Amino acid sequence: MAELPVEPLRIIERFGPHLSSMTGARLSTSVEPDRLVKTHCCFCGQQCGIQLKVRGNEVIGFEPWEEFPFNRGMLCPKGVKRYLQGSHPDRLVTALRRDPSSPSGFSPLPYDEAIARVAGEIARIQQTYGREAIGVLGGASLTTEKTYLLGKFARVCLRTPFIDYNGRLCMVSAGAANKKAFGIDRTTNPWSDMVGTDVIWVAGSNVAECSPITTNYIWQAREQGAKVIVQDPRITPIARMCDLYLPVKPGRDAALFAGVLQIMIERDWLDHEFIREHTSGFEQVAEYCREWTLARTADVTGVPQRALMQAAEWWGTATTSFLFHARGIEHHSNGVQNALGTINLVLASGRIGKAKSGYGTIVGQANGQGGREHGQKCDQLPGWRDISNPEHRRYIAGVWGIDEQDLPGPGVDAYELFRKIDRGEIKGLLSICFNPKVSLPDNSFITRCLEKLEFFTAIDFFLNDTAWHADVVLPGSLQEEDEGTVTQVEGRIIKINKAVDCPGEARQDWRIIQDIARALDRPAGFTFTDPREIFEELRVASKGGVADYSGVTYEKITEQLGVFWPCYSEDPATGAPIDNHPGTPRLFERGSYNPIAKGAGPFYFPDGRARFNVAEHRPPVDDADEEYPLYLTTGRVVSQFLSGTQTRRIGPLVRQYAEPRIEMHPRLADRLGIADGDWATAETRRGALTLRAQVVATIRPDTIFIPYHWPGRKSANQLTVAAQDPISKIPQYKVCGCRVRRADAPPDYAAVLEPQQ
Amino acid sequence: MPKPDELHFFIDPNRCIGCEACVQACTECDTHRGESMIHLEYVHRPESVQTVPVVCMHCDQPTCAEVCPADAIKRTGDGVVQSAVQPRCIACGNCVMACPFGVPELYEDRRIMMKCDMCYDRSSVGKKPMCATVCPSQALFFGTREQIDALRPLSAPINSFRFGAQTITTQVFLMVPRALTTRDSYVDVAAAMDEQPRNRGVSLKILPGDPFAAVEV
Repeated sequence: MAELPVEPLRIIERFGPHLSSMTGARLSTSVEPDRLVKTHCCFCGQQCGIQLKVRGNEVIGFEPWEEFPFNRGMLCPKGVKRYLQGSHPDRLVTALRRDPSSPSGFSPLPYDEAIARVAGEIARIQQTYGREAIGVLGGASLTTEKTYLLGKFARVCLRTPFIDYNGRLCMVSAGAANKKAFGIDRTTNPWSDMVGTDVIWVAGSNVAECSPITTNYIWQAREQGAKVIVQDPRITPIARMCDLYLPVKPGRDAALFAGVLQIMIERDWLDHEFIREHTSGFEQVAEYCREWTLARTADVTGVPQRALMQAAEWWGTATTSFLFHARGIEHHSNGVQNALGTINLVLASGRIGKAKSGYGTIVGQANGQGGREHGQKCDQLPGWRDISNPEHRRYIAGVWGIDEQDLPGPGVDAYELFRKIDRGEIKGLLSICFNPKVSLPDNSFITRCLEKLEFFTAIDFFLNDTAWHADVVLPGSLQEEDEGTVTQVEGRIIKINKAVDCPGEARQDWRIIQDIARALDRPAGFTFTDPREIFEELRVASKGGVADYSGVTYEKITEQLGVFWPCYSEDPATGAPIDNHPGTPRLFERGSYNPIAKGAGPFYFPDGRARFNVAEHRPPVDDADEEYPLYLTTGRVVSQFLSGTQTRRIGPLVRQYAEPRIEMHPRLADRLGIADGDWATAETRRGALTLRAQVVATIRPDTIFIPYHWPGRKSANQLTVAAQDPISKIPQYKVCGCRVRRADAPPDYAAVLEPQQ
Repeated sequence: MPKPDELHFFIDPNRCIGCEACVQACTECDTHRGESMIHLEYVHRPESVQTVPVVCMHCDQPTCAEVCPADAIKRTGDGVVQSAVQPRCIACGNCVMACPFGVPELYEDRRIMMKCDMCYDRSSVGKKPMCATVCPSQALFFGTREQIDALRPLSAPINSFRFGAQTITTQVFLMVPRALTTRDSYVDVAAAMDEQPRNRGVSLKILPGDPFAAVEV
């Protein structure tokens, strides 16, 4: 039974989101903290260093941590106010059970009873329908220790192949492209390498709002002579001051990259020596690009020829450069091709593996990097190993003390996992750090799937929108209530430090997972006593894999203020033990040794060469047409994060941007008779959504933008299409056909819901 | 303890991304906890994402103090103009109307004027003000002239402003692009989509004549 126990408004009344504010010790200037805890922000993949002010068992404020080299004290508004997620009125302090007789739909349940109930239901479902009838969903905001444990729990304790994570919505297009092109999946250089470069190309990344700290690096590079190219359907704050803005039509990025590469080929702006010595596959790519003439590229992408020419000239003739991309080009059914298109531009220039020249994807979540390396992804084992590779399977089975035959094979992506629920193949779900009812596309389908589950367990610190459907909710931990590591945007492994204890009956997430394993009477391998112990096993499990953490220790992270992987405990060339490997800040340096190429070259393939891949343009699924003539694109605002479970509960962040709006160009608004602030209805083939219009000249006239952080009737993902990239399975959040009209009346929710609800 | 002489505050609106980290961080400052003293405004959001952060410019001869009938606004020896002091402040609002930068605000509930004091609790002990510490674009920068000269070759700091007949010099510097024509900002996507480039910039011409004639660059 996973239907909602009571009306949504009753759940909201009790569990929020309500707003926290600065009160008590947090407002007083006479209260001194007991201690300052050096740690990192709980939100995005930049993972800014921050010091939390702690008094008793409460985080009462923050102090900038200016020594941490990545952000040197800088923070965005989310980082400044993140401390207000603690001591929150909505915080879950007991386990809950679904209870339609309770006014709020849920009743408290003693923790041990809750664990016994969860284990009992998992056992019942597995006995009745088979082991594979249980699915597990994880998330990339968890520490690497937790993601490792969750992957092991699914495979070893539950013995189900069906685990996946919310990085499926985030990092997988970049990851798949990196794997195909480089044989390794990590940003190539530390951000400090950006200052002093000639050209920075930002493709589909609203840096100012989604990774604000990167702004200063880009501005500083520009002060020292870099030209900045920004490719985006909107003039984001970073595009406003860039040197060349490419107003690309949503869903046409691969065409743009092919067209630019074609100009570079025609003008011979190529690094022939690099292409010859260090790559393969260039001829096929050049052959494909031939059809992308300047005129055709301009026509398809909506970017004028003069701008394409300028981009090609700056990129083609630079001596040093950086290229970044993010969800803007990755959230597409053509996401992997888009990312490969950028890589082709980088490889053709030869500017990689050097100081001041790099390539990378800007990760979205706290552990967007580390969370995709150690086994909560459906096709993966720790150390970035492949679950279908017999040698990899044997190694990990050995570390886990199981027979390789008992290790499940590859599962399915998170969206497919819901389709399996829909088809009745998966009957039970355990979810942590994932809010698919808000964050997955076409989310009314997700709601229907949740309603079909026989038993749904959610681990969470607030009751998120998906957990409304849960039979049992287990009270988990906030980031500041636990310790562990995460790997941030540069590939730098950093240490999260515990500031306070979990309140009430809440538990650290890794303890909850182990408690379930124990209650299932399968405790073997789940008897860790602290995160450090999990990390020590992870070091062994990652050893010899591409993402090799074997030389990383908590102490080394603290001393060095972060360690870039790979970091070896044995010299990959000689096998001799080394205890002081510093890590690898910069990948692919000429003459560098890696365990795959074994000296044959700098890239992670047996021949040491990077791969050009034909990066084909394919029009989006559900593209704009006569019936739905506009493009809908979605994204973030600076004061909110992902599905808003945390940020929609922090008063000052909600006040900054309270409710979603439909952003549209004045030309479009005039045509539709919509004025700024009017209620407008956006419709796609999945549904309709009524929000206030924001009329601004900073968006293409054929495109509307809606931020996705809100649930229910305000959720942008009611409209988005569940089309996925065939390789990465990332959903196509960034484009679908849509139409807009002036709303007949305010939406029903306007009278009953607070802005954040 | 005074603010160290060599440390100055610099505002560079060209860098501002409107994220409000400064506004949020300002409310954490000990001298005005819970209230932000920073003004961060869109110039005109329908047309541009340009935002401008405004902190108190800390005038050498503060107009706010000059017009205060109660002598409630004090400038410390190190050049920091403080919020009005109680019980002198009579909440008349003269300072609010007179300040050419629009900085002071009257808090009716408390019957007092409050404004940016450069985080005096922090800057007077050698720390950076909260806003300039956290600012992710470093549109707000706190440091030495040598640092700003080395880090910002494209802009020049100015601290002399003309308002009609009044010339004001300030402790806080505004960063002004050295070359006005080379880096117009992008404003309208429709203009960027056209094959023939159109003027994409908006020039703010506040003063008659060449407003930057006095800038030493």
